[in-house]
Amino acid sequence: MTTLKIDILGTGCKKCQLLEAHVKEAVDTLNLTAEITHITDPVEIAMRGVMSTPSLVINGQVVSVGKVLNPAQIQPLLQA
Amino acid sequence: MFDLFYPFDWLSALIVTQLLGLSLDLPLGSSLHFFFYDVPKVLTLLVSISFVISTFQSFLSPERVRSFLEGQHLFVGNVMAAGLGAITPFCSCSAVPLFIGFLKAGVPLGVTFSYLISAPMVDAVAITLLWGLFGFRATVLYVTFGVSLAVVAGLIIGYLKLEKWLEPFVLQLQAQALSSGESGKNTFVSSLDQSETISWRERINQAWYQTLEILKSVWIYVVIGIGLGAAIHGYVPTNLVTQWAGESNPFAVLVAVLLGVPLYTNVAGVLPIAEALVNKGMSLGTVLAFTMAVTALSLPQMVILKKVLRPQLLGIFIGLTTFGIISIGYLFNVLLV
Repeated sequence: MTTLKIDILGTGCKKCQLLEAHVKEAVDTLNLTAEITHITDPVEIAMRGVMSTPSLVINGQVVSVGKVLNPAQIQPLLQA
Repeated sequence: MFDLFYPFDWLSALIVTQLLGLSLDLPLGSSLHFFFYDVPKVLTLLVSISFVISTFQSFLSPERVRSFLEGQHLFVGNVMAAGLGAITPFCSCSAVPLFIGFLKAGVPLGVTFSYLISAPMVDAVAITLLWGLFGFRATVLYVTFGVSLAVVAGLIIGYLKLEKWLEPFVLQLQAQALSSGESGKNTFVSSLDQSETISWRERINQAWYQTLEILKSVWIYVVIGIGLGAAIHGYVPTNLVTQWAGESNPFAVLVAVLLGVPLYTNVAGVLPIAEALVNKGMSLGTVLAFTMAVTALSLPQMVILKKVLRPQLLGIFIGLTTFGIISIGYLFNVLLV
């Protein structure tokens, strides 16, 4: 089974931590293995072409910007 | 004129005179009346204004703002950027991603600065407090002059062609993005932006969530600020304030702005104190200039911006804005007499 590489782009705000928690929940529900990184450096965030946080990146693809997705919304993105 | 806030006044007087049995003419009664009038009034205003603004903002994601500004040039671009900055939410934590995102899309440097100056200065919390504590006219003046300052400072920065003082990696990123014809990546990320398509129900939900977040983060400052303001209201003698911060002191604006620039504080806590001081003779222009200084320039924001701006450009940005705010403060004091 391959390990998913998930990045959360956020500057450490409350919403960003909430998104991270939701991602972990979705990963656990689906019994996946994932390496979750929280990227807080604003320059690094900007390099990804993202302007609003929190954003979610799965295997290098930006899949959501500026929103706290709930676990149910994250699950299909992980399975894609 | 009909006073929108009359019910709060009535309720507060009732609490102080009937419930606590104090006269409004005594310092303690007068302080408590100030407190019980301002706290419910400001919190009610905060919830209603934040909610309306947040709903409105659900239409304006940074991606959408950027697409409005792409290809805009001098003046029109600056005016649009300052106007959009006034109505969009802003957190100093997102200043750098925004800054780079704008430049990469070909938004000119001066236009980007117009946005960067107006966005933090004209925000929901500042507007609410100014309106609730100093009235509608002061609020309109604040917004008008704040937006004008953002336009002028952005125009000057654009005119001076200061791109050479951006950090080199920013220029590189910009050159790459522009030569590859607005790289597919940007377009792709923009396609994730749902600000045009989501339902009203979701907008309302998001706005309500945001309103609660704002309320949670500022209510304590409002209460403490009004508490201190109330103490000043009841106990600090008027001539003391008039002497130090009134129109007779030509340095009041200068000192207030220079104090406000590095100060990173919640306007929600500072403005109620200012209200009490204004009631005792401090000039309103001084307060408005101070508010601009606190919101537009703050130490943490400068530290963040230093990642993309060379010290020379950062210095020009701070210098121009500070100078503008000081001038506006003096102008206000003349206009508002």
